[in-house]
Amino acid sequence: MTSVPTPLRDIAKVVRSKNAGPFEITLDIIFKSKEDYEVVKESGVITKELISRLYNVPTQAIITFGFFDLVNAVKITLPRPRVQGGVGETDMHAAQQHVPLQEIRIPWPAR
Amino acid sequence: MAASKNDEIRILTPSGMLGYGFPIEHLRLGLEQKPHAITIDSGSTDSGPQKLGLGEMTCSREAYMKDLEVLLEAQREARIPLLISSAGGDGSNLHVDAFRNMIAEISRKRGWRFKLAKIYADIDKRHIARELEAGRIEPLGPVPPLDPRELAAATVVVAQMGAEPFLKALEPEDVDVVVSGRAYDPAPTAAMAIRAGFDPALAWHMGKIMECGALCAEPVGRSVIGYLRQDHFEIEPLNPAERCTTASVAAHTLYEKTHPFLLAGPGGTLDLSHCTYEQVSDRRVRVSGSRFDPGKRYTIKLEGAKTAGWRSIFIAGARDPIFISQIDSILDQVIAGTRAYFGDVPEEAYRIIPHIYGKNGVMGDLEPVKTPAHELCIIVEVAAATQALATAICGKARTSLMHCPYPGRIATAGNIASPFTPLEIPLGQACEFNVYHLMTVDSPTALFPVRYEEIS
Repeated sequence: MTSVPTPLRDIAKVVRSKNAGPFEITLDIIFKSKEDYEVVKESGVITKELISRLYNVPTQAIITFGFFDLVNAVKITLPRPRVQGGVGETDMHAAQQHVPLQEIRIPWPAR
Repeated sequence: MAASKNDEIRILTPSGMLGYGFPIEHLRLGLEQKPHAITIDSGSTDSGPQKLGLGEMTCSREAYMKDLEVLLEAQREARIPLLISSAGGDGSNLHVDAFRNMIAEISRKRGWRFKLAKIYADIDKRHIARELEAGRIEPLGPVPPLDPRELAAATVVVAQMGAEPFLKALEPEDVDVVVSGRAYDPAPTAAMAIRAGFDPALAWHMGKIMECGALCAEPVGRSVIGYLRQDHFEIEPLNPAERCTTASVAAHTLYEKTHPFLLAGPGGTLDLSHCTYEQVSDRRVRVSGSRFDPGKRYTIKLEGAKTAGWRSIFIAGARDPIFISQIDSILDQVIAGTRAYFGDVPEEAYRIIPHIYGKNGVMGDLEPVKTPAHELCIIVEVAAATQALATAICGKARTSLMHCPYPGRIATAGNIASPFTPLEIPLGQACEFNVYHLMTVDSPTALFPVRYEEIS
């Protein structure tokens, strides 16, 4: 079966970012079905190394990284680039830091 | 209420946040189910440190009054406890008293009487300093160890209470309303279920879902009701147009949490990795298999913020492509010139931070797109020791950006488009979270005093 590189924004049901307290940011990728989730998980594209590159954090600083089968979701929690709401804040709720994830390309079965 | 004799406890949560409003008809639908309590949270660190730092509240007084009046009326009709947690957003003593005053004002207007229990959550900084000395305070997550100077600088420090202070507050049978200071969001719901003799693991899990209202529904909603029984609980949104699905309820604990299945709170960690979710009706989901690990020590989370100088900003539009192509070097030059002009002010005493929307205003250095848009919004943020100095520095930076020369410039009358007056906008005091630590305690209730009052 041929596959085409497809961005996560065309695959996932939810790709979002949000504060998890004032010192952490958490990223969720939730899939429409177990099948879609499994394809993405099996692809091996989403790794700690990729997240480290996209968010400029050392892999050892990543607080949570995992594929969670029970909820068909990937969850990643990182230290916040700055403490929430201080001088220099750009995103109080960290609600718009998910875009690099949307653009991750997964080899997807051609339809 | 002889809840311990019941085989089910029903909790109604009209909204995930007091003050955001909720449809009264959905509250009515919930009351028809004869709930044993109404719980509603008011707390969050999410909108920023200024609540703790400056004593501000999340919502306006008007918004709280509106929601409170509806809920107090429901409490009177149903004769069930109304539990309100984390008053005002930060849950400081100041805001517990502010909520008390609002309840008193409504009661006066309507001729109502209530027995009110207030639970306070400000923690004496001298007590924290002693516990720090004794090695009983640790950072929570990627936070530096607590520095005594930071503790001293914090305007106020609160701690998140668990279920126990609510259990204590509800000891007299005739308490109508509980207003608490900072609390772990699920605590009021968990306390009602634990008080009625149900499994704490299920109680905490149901509380965890319900504290966000009907955020666990599809589409996301406001009002929700939970039914907790011996070995499971069920959850259903009150808006007939919404439904809970196994997927929506299971995925809910991802939201705003560090880990999807391990949720640490006062007194232990909720473990959801072995849960089962069943669709029992089109709109209702049954949950079982929640576990609770009490842990070796009882810890509570401390939260504090300090003020950090004064801020002013200016807002400028840019449209000229020759200017936009050199925006970084132009701003570097403007900031260097401004710093030279204020050479008598120590360099570390103020900060100048440009935010360039249309380039990387939202993501900063993490922005993957490197080509700026055809139009930019430039906001320059200045933080200094006084409002006057922040505004003066901001003004110098703005006029420099307006008139500075740059290579290839042919628009010689002005570089930026200013939308508003005042051209420099004073923002008031800036705040920073500076306490976010766990403190080990011997008693889950000793630091959270309960006070009763007859409101009439």
